[in-house]
Amino acid sequence: MSIGFQEDEVLGKAYDARLMRRLLTYVRPYRAQVVLSVVLLVLTSAAGLAGPYLVRIAIDEHIAPKRLDGLGLVILAYAGALVAAFLLRYAQSYVMQWVGQQAMYRLRMDLFSHLQRLSVAFYTRQPVGRLITRVTNDIDALNEMITQGVVAVFGDLFTLVLIVGIMLYMDWRLALATMVVLPTIIGFTARFRVQARESYRAVRVRLARINAFLNEHIMGMGIVQLFSREAREFERFDALNRDHLTANMASLRSFAIFHPMVGAMSAVAVAVIIGYGGIQATAGAISVGLVVAFIQYAQRFFEPIEDLAEKYNILQAAMASSERIFRVLDEPVEVQDWPDPVRADRVRGEIEFRDVWFAYEPTSPGADGQTGGGPRGVEGGSASARAEDWVLRGVSFRIQPGESVALVGHTGAGKSSIINLITRFYDPQRGQVLVDGTDVRYWEQRDLRRHIGLVLQDVFLFSGTIEDNIRLGTAHITDDQVRRAAEFVNASSFIERLPGGFRAVVQERGATLSVGQKQLIAFARAIAHNPEVLLVLDEATSSVDTETEILIQDALRRVMRGRTSIIIAHRLSTIQHVDRILVIHKGRIVEEGTHRDLLGRGGIYTKLYQLQYRDQELRPVARTGVAPSGAAGPGAGDLGAGEGEGGGDG
Amino acid sequence: MSTRLRAYIFRHRRAYLTGFVLSIISTGVALVNPWVLRQAVDSIRAGAPPRALLLLAAAYVGVALLGGFIRFRWRMRMLGAGRRIEYEIRNDYFAHLQRLHQGFFHHTRTGDLMARGINDLNAVSRLVGAGIMHSFNTVVMFLAASALMMTIDPPLAAVVLIILPLVSLVFVALGRRIHKQYERVQEQFSTISARAQENFSGIRVVKAFAQETAQIETFSAINREYVRRSLRLARTAGALWPAMTFILGLAAAAVLWQGGLAVVAGRITLGQLVQFFGYLMMLSWPMIALGWTTTLFQQAFASMSRLEEIFNTKPAIASPEAAGDERLRGAIEFRNVSLSYNGTPVIRDVTLAIPAGSTVAIVGPTGSGKSTLASLIPRIVDVTAGEVLVDGRDVRAYSLAALRGSIGMVPQEPFLFSDTLEENLAWGAWAGDGHRVREAAEIAQLARDVAEFPLGYQTMVGERGVTLSGGQKQRATIARALARDPAILILDDALSSVDTRTEEEILQGLRRFAATRTSILISHRISTVRHADLIVVLDEGRIVERGTHESLLAAGGLYADLYQKQLLQEALEADESLPS
Repeated sequence: MSIGFQEDEVLGKAYDARLMRRLLTYVRPYRAQVVLSVVLLVLTSAAGLAGPYLVRIAIDEHIAPKRLDGLGLVILAYAGALVAAFLLRYAQSYVMQWVGQQAMYRLRMDLFSHLQRLSVAFYTRQPVGRLITRVTNDIDALNEMITQGVVAVFGDLFTLVLIVGIMLYMDWRLALATMVVLPTIIGFTARFRVQARESYRAVRVRLARINAFLNEHIMGMGIVQLFSREAREFERFDALNRDHLTANMASLRSFAIFHPMVGAMSAVAVAVIIGYGGIQATAGAISVGLVVAFIQYAQRFFEPIEDLAEKYNILQAAMASSERIFRVLDEPVEVQDWPDPVRADRVRGEIEFRDVWFAYEPTSPGADGQTGGGPRGVEGGSASARAEDWVLRGVSFRIQPGESVALVGHTGAGKSSIINLITRFYDPQRGQVLVDGTDVRYWEQRDLRRHIGLVLQDVFLFSGTIEDNIRLGTAHITDDQVRRAAEFVNASSFIERLPGGFRAVVQERGATLSVGQKQLIAFARAIAHNPEVLLVLDEATSSVDTETEILIQDALRRVMRGRTSIIIAHRLSTIQHVDRILVIHKGRIVEEGTHRDLLGRGGIYTKLYQLQYRDQELRPVARTGVAPSGAAGPGAGDLGAGEGEGGGDG
Repeated sequence: MSTRLRAYIFRHRRAYLTGFVLSIISTGVALVNPWVLRQAVDSIRAGAPPRALLLLAAAYVGVALLGGFIRFRWRMRMLGAGRRIEYEIRNDYFAHLQRLHQGFFHHTRTGDLMARGINDLNAVSRLVGAGIMHSFNTVVMFLAASALMMTIDPPLAAVVLIILPLVSLVFVALGRRIHKQYERVQEQFSTISARAQENFSGIRVVKAFAQETAQIETFSAINREYVRRSLRLARTAGALWPAMTFILGLAAAAVLWQGGLAVVAGRITLGQLVQFFGYLMMLSWPMIALGWTTTLFQQAFASMSRLEEIFNTKPAIASPEAAGDERLRGAIEFRNVSLSYNGTPVIRDVTLAIPAGSTVAIVGPTGSGKSTLASLIPRIVDVTAGEVLVDGRDVRAYSLAALRGSIGMVPQEPFLFSDTLEENLAWGAWAGDGHRVREAAEIAQLARDVAEFPLGYQTMVGERGVTLSGGQKQRATIARALARDPAILILDDALSSVDTRTEEEILQGLRRFAATRTSILISHRISTVRHADLIVVLDEGRIVERGTHESLLAAGGLYADLYQKQLLQEALEADESLPS
């Protein structure tokens, strides 16, 4: 059961022709099965309704005239109809389930595949939880509609028509007399449907309010308690809860009235049969068996009517879900491949920026720093002003194949944006980013990225084994290559110590591994894919133990060898060993050279060095003994000096 | 059934008892109409006068109306009791959550608490409403109908009573398989969900390593498995209702056959056969309901025990008994305070006296325990060893309302509720302090922003309102704390998203405001703390330096180092000499 607490999710149309047409495109490939299902449904109705007719024959031709021969045959026919109804109903429901599952599978895969093509920018705008709901619950709501909604409504209608038909066939006068209650019952049901819908909606809206309130207050419980608001908030909760109770009682009442009313109406129909039919029967105009059969049909007549009224909610939920799903499917692919893209088996690894200007898309005024990166998290300029939005302002540089370069700059200077542009997670607004002299926009994205190894600061581990995490889904990487890559980056010694070694299953996104170990796995992952270009985001992370720190520093030096490498360096040892350092300040390259050159110049680099790296000379490895980051408690999350940058730009 | 659930039901015993009585009456009335049908059929056979038949027809409608009315009262009574219990449990759940300490919320996921409050409560609600109603009615209906059938013709009754319970048996047997297969489907559904989450969260890695196709393939395999399991469930679950209908039909066929023979033999009349059919129909729903309620009860008990887990969690921090409700002056003292989380020390032997009315700043690197130290004052956490005293008394000796009522705290994470700005600012203010709210907004430098909102203080904020910037949120939470007119003001890194100029303005306003109050400022910015009466430098949970800005600079320790870095940082930020 899904946990929905947004009011807007429970209000919506029950039928929307445009959405329905689009949904039907997913059912269309299974037309034959749908037709089969409808045929089965019609047959099921017929078999199910044979009972009363056979009762009539049994009474009139055997029981009443006391003629036993042939009664067995009628009973056999009765049992046969039962078996047929059982099989048909079972087959019908399975066929429809099958159709529903196939359609759902296709829609889910379409949605997921489309999501794979959407840009990184899209993911920074959308909360992950919302996207998950789209591919899970929303799609299942549609399945329910396919299996229980449309076809079942058709079945109910058909049953109604069939009963009317049989009754008319048996005795049209009695049939018409029985149906005097029909207009009343249809009118009543129609009114009830509106009322039931309204009261059901009222209950849902109120429940959504309660749950939204509960959710918010669980998250903000600290504030409730700090400000001693418990009594006041309880009163508010109670008011919402009471409101829900009132709505619930109203809904209960309308259902509690509806069912007995339909029962009473059906009693009137039976009374008509007893009165009118009974008089006819005593006069010998009709048989007793016919009266009995009529009574049995009249009692069944009202089941599908009650049923129809309840299909409404399924349809409504499905419409709301499909609207949300299609909105994602209609999301344009922002970073698109060139129609006739460049592909290459190997690249030399030359990287060039030509007067690149770049801004993450302007966020809405007043938005806080969650979506963008860097300076917009902090107040001090309106976010909508374009001039403030440029993260890179005319950046130009060229990196030779095999060269290693470190990007150095203050928080929010634009370092990670450079990496985001090389991998083409984003496109620049002005200027060009070239790999091997070709604009990255002319490369096929996946081909381009095959040549680039990216090591992110926040190492993301997938569920699966260590080996899976190094190989990812790249099938051509052999077990041997995985092991050699791990060996190369000093990761194999700790991996082999894990229970199961390379086959050890990663628990809870790697919660059992240390930060340093995860970094080594990320290096192994990059190396196993043997890229010509290596990009490393290595900004300050929490403490790494001494032993692992030495392994990481060594691994970094080795992976850079022979590859074009761009490192956003956190470690002093790294910037001391690269061929060249580019100093980024406020979106521009302001200084470049080797560590020694730059230090001698006494410019921005010198200040940055004192701010970010000098301590490492005094304390060559990060301090240990700080409370583990996972420690629950109010003190665990405070921000220290100079660590204001969130998860990188964007 | 748990004691707690029984207590809820017991509280509504009158509703349940009248419900039971109504259920018995309703059953009694319902059993009349098959008898009317019997009379009608036999009258037709006997060639009765039209008047007799019309009378029977009228009786049929009359009985149905009476039965319908009683059924209505009965359903309202019993289902209503169920809804009321749901209401009570929900209220109690929220009230209990409010009593639980912060630590509980740190190690329990919100989603888990929500699931209990929604899904589990829903299951319990179904039990106390429809579950109890149907199970009682089934018993009454079954006993009464079988007794009546027995009086008509025992052998025929025996046939029915042997076949009908098969309905419940099939329901339970299939139900068990369905339940197992359903769980397998749900398991796979979670796998889909987890896979999707992993993919969306790790989309950068997916794209960087060109793993889209591989990801789609894996996702497709998981989905195919989901389809497979769903269809396997469909094969079992799809048999349930057809099987029920089949067995009920089988009973009808048996009655027709054996009853037909009995009529021919003259043991019963045709009318009695019809009456039998009537009882058979009336018994079909209770038989299905019996199977349904069995599963329902199992689920509801499991759900109730999940709710009980929360109800049985004792609040670790609570008011002592017989605590006074006085207003505090605000002298604070830490005496050899230590605190550990799961054995990891966070605060180590801190001793610090803060006179009433003074301003103390706490600085230190990330994870040094600054916030934790401050959170000991309003008892968000309690010490592991030592004492925290306010006005010379242990904080644990005050009632939580009195203690927290004298404290205005601005936590690191600015959290506002979905309500108007006005309501949010007045959140902790004493009633009738309207002007104080405006004044607080002035000091927190929020008033200017509010003036620009079209709806002013009536602007909706929070999750479903307008999105405030990080700085606006922080300033709103500062105003909220000030509006409380607290004796002790705690600002936990509350100016981090505010630019330096605004920060200066807020600090100036605060200095006036704080003159008569004890203030604790936690910050990593020197500009925030330099004017404090006392600055305390924390490192790894210990106080490593203390003094004024000047004395600490002169000492050349951690504080001086921090100051140097800030100067550099400001220099970098202010560096406008670069080409633009």
